[in-house]
Amino acid sequence: MTVSPDQVVYMDNNATTRVAPEVLDAMMPYLTELYGNPSSMHTFGGQVGQAVSQARQEVADLLGASPEEIVFTSCGTESDSTAILSAIQTYPEKNHVVTTRVEHPAVKNLCDNLEIFTGRKYHSTRLHVEADGTLDLQRFKDSLTDETAIVSVMWANNETGVIFPVEEMARITKERGILFHTDAVQAVGKIPINLKETAIDFLSLSGHKLHAPKGIGVLYVRKGTPFIPFLNGGHQERGRRGGTENVASIVGLGKACALAAAKMDEENTRVRALRDKLEKGLLTSIPKALLNGHPEQRLPNTANISFEYVEGEAILLHMNQHNICASSGSACTSGSLEPSHVLRAMGVPFTAAHGSIRFSLSIYNTEEEVDFVLEKMPAIIAKLRAMSPFWEENNK
Amino acid sequence: MWEYTDKVQEHFINPKNVGEIENADGVGNVGSIACGDALRLTIKVDENQIITDAKFKTFGCASAIASSSMLTEMLKGMKLEDAKNLTNDDIARALGGLPKEKMHCSVMGREALEAAIADYTGVILPMAQGEVVCECFGVTDLEIIRAIKENSLTSVEEITNFTKAGGGCGKCEGRLRELLVETAEGLPEQTVGVKKQKRMTSLEKIKKIEEVIEREIKPTLKKDGGDIRLIDVDGDFVTVSLRGSCAGCHSSRTTLKEYVEKKLREQVLESLIVEEDK
Repeated sequence: MTVSPDQVVYMDNNATTRVAPEVLDAMMPYLTELYGNPSSMHTFGGQVGQAVSQARQEVADLLGASPEEIVFTSCGTESDSTAILSAIQTYPEKNHVVTTRVEHPAVKNLCDNLEIFTGRKYHSTRLHVEADGTLDLQRFKDSLTDETAIVSVMWANNETGVIFPVEEMARITKERGILFHTDAVQAVGKIPINLKETAIDFLSLSGHKLHAPKGIGVLYVRKGTPFIPFLNGGHQERGRRGGTENVASIVGLGKACALAAAKMDEENTRVRALRDKLEKGLLTSIPKALLNGHPEQRLPNTANISFEYVEGEAILLHMNQHNICASSGSACTSGSLEPSHVLRAMGVPFTAAHGSIRFSLSIYNTEEEVDFVLEKMPAIIAKLRAMSPFWEENNK
Repeated sequence: MWEYTDKVQEHFINPKNVGEIENADGVGNVGSIACGDALRLTIKVDENQIITDAKFKTFGCASAIASSSMLTEMLKGMKLEDAKNLTNDDIARALGGLPKEKMHCSVMGREALEAAIADYTGVILPMAQGEVVCECFGVTDLEIIRAIKENSLTSVEEITNFTKAGGGCGKCEGRLRELLVETAEGLPEQTVGVKKQKRMTSLEKIKKIEEVIEREIKPTLKKDGGDIRLIDVDGDFVTVSLRGSCAGCHSSRTTLKEYVEKKLREQVLESLIVEEDK
């Protein structure tokens, strides 16, 4: 089997994923005949309520949680905001949040602006990361104060795939009587999670990162954790999130979670092997290519590689000529003028940060696709380097 | 995804005149790897002052490569006198337009051309003599003023799109606003809705913080047997270490926030955040 000329080779699964066909099938009845409101008294609506309950159970099973700890939201960003703002309102006498320099903008921008919307009351400590993207646990411990209301640390980084020891961090945080939130949007479905065994108070996930549709998320709220809603309204989600349930997407997410649980082994064996083949192939066939992030402490699907002396957007657009989809941490791709805050926090030099490409795989990728990318990339990089004024002078 | 014209795509995928002319008559180098784009333009000029050949090497995104390629195509066969009058807008228009966030790519092409002509004629470039306003991207006031005038810019965001100035740490935003007002005053038909606002440079800020700590905060803390030392200033984050009876004191957090931070905010900058060095 080979890659056909019009086939899209999709290796941008940390951006979003395809909706699994099984997920779409599960959703369809709720977009057609079964349009009832789960809050209604009649049987017609009630059966929809049962579907929501089942989905809640499926999500809980994937996370090792109880169904009543699952709150459906509209996206990962809403879940993040809900958790952090709940903690701040719970502890009006405190004034401090601990987070990292490499969070997703959903957490980063919220924490950067805490000062403004808490009337200068709250401020945040943003933990540095090491060159391989990992955290120093001692520095983390030292950052906690009696004034800290909540710690928010991502489970796995979206750009590099580096995994943080959130279970241990949550345990340390708990000992200090501080709440712990983790943005697990990239981790859920890719690595096993068992929340019962942890001290994590809040966990955010997003449906479209694990083959459910866009526009559905979850906030896990541990039983007994103080909680103040973000969206006030009706009694939906047991009063924890107002707004009529996005039924079809909730059902889809339930199905996606059940599929993810069933395919967890495949993700960590076959997908990991494909990723490793791609990564090793690129690093050996292309000179001055560097891996960003810790080589082992990492999601099985993500490879972030810098090609020195060339620029990421130019690489992506050449890849696009072959229908290969990936992402870059370069400045030009984001519309900003500075490269990725994650790579900068890791101290990746500019020569490499501007030329970083993130490949993120899924269970739908094949070995043929990996071979195709390995075949195309060296020529793309060589072509751009031939016109780079820095390549020749640094490689004479 | 950027919306690039077919012309941009064509010049990006199959760029013309890539390389370096050996024994070039003029060489222009602009940009740097830290900035994310850079261009080396080499030109050949004959005895009739006509540009007979032009080649480029570019590190940068698709629009930077396309702008460079288009520039070299335009230059070949052009009189040197005409080349001197080529603007960034000429390059952008030849490409059928560029996304507004990418206009600086065409500006880079024009600057490389000016540098190459200056190298050929031996005339020193006036633009480089200006005062550097944006330290992140090394942009001078003269370059900014020219971009404002030639492209009728009316906001800081537009200045950033055209020159990159202000696109890094953002510290020069105040100065950019001033330049907008000053330049607009010279252009009577234009109205610019911006207010003059004096901003501190980071050096001024650090000096002022040090001064307030030495003059007011330290003596007060010493009365209680404590001491304070300034460790670092990173943007609005001020890191200090408390010593003596202040360190580890139960109320040290209160001292830090209610006294040190309050004083510094009153006397230096309203947005400062004081943290203790652990």
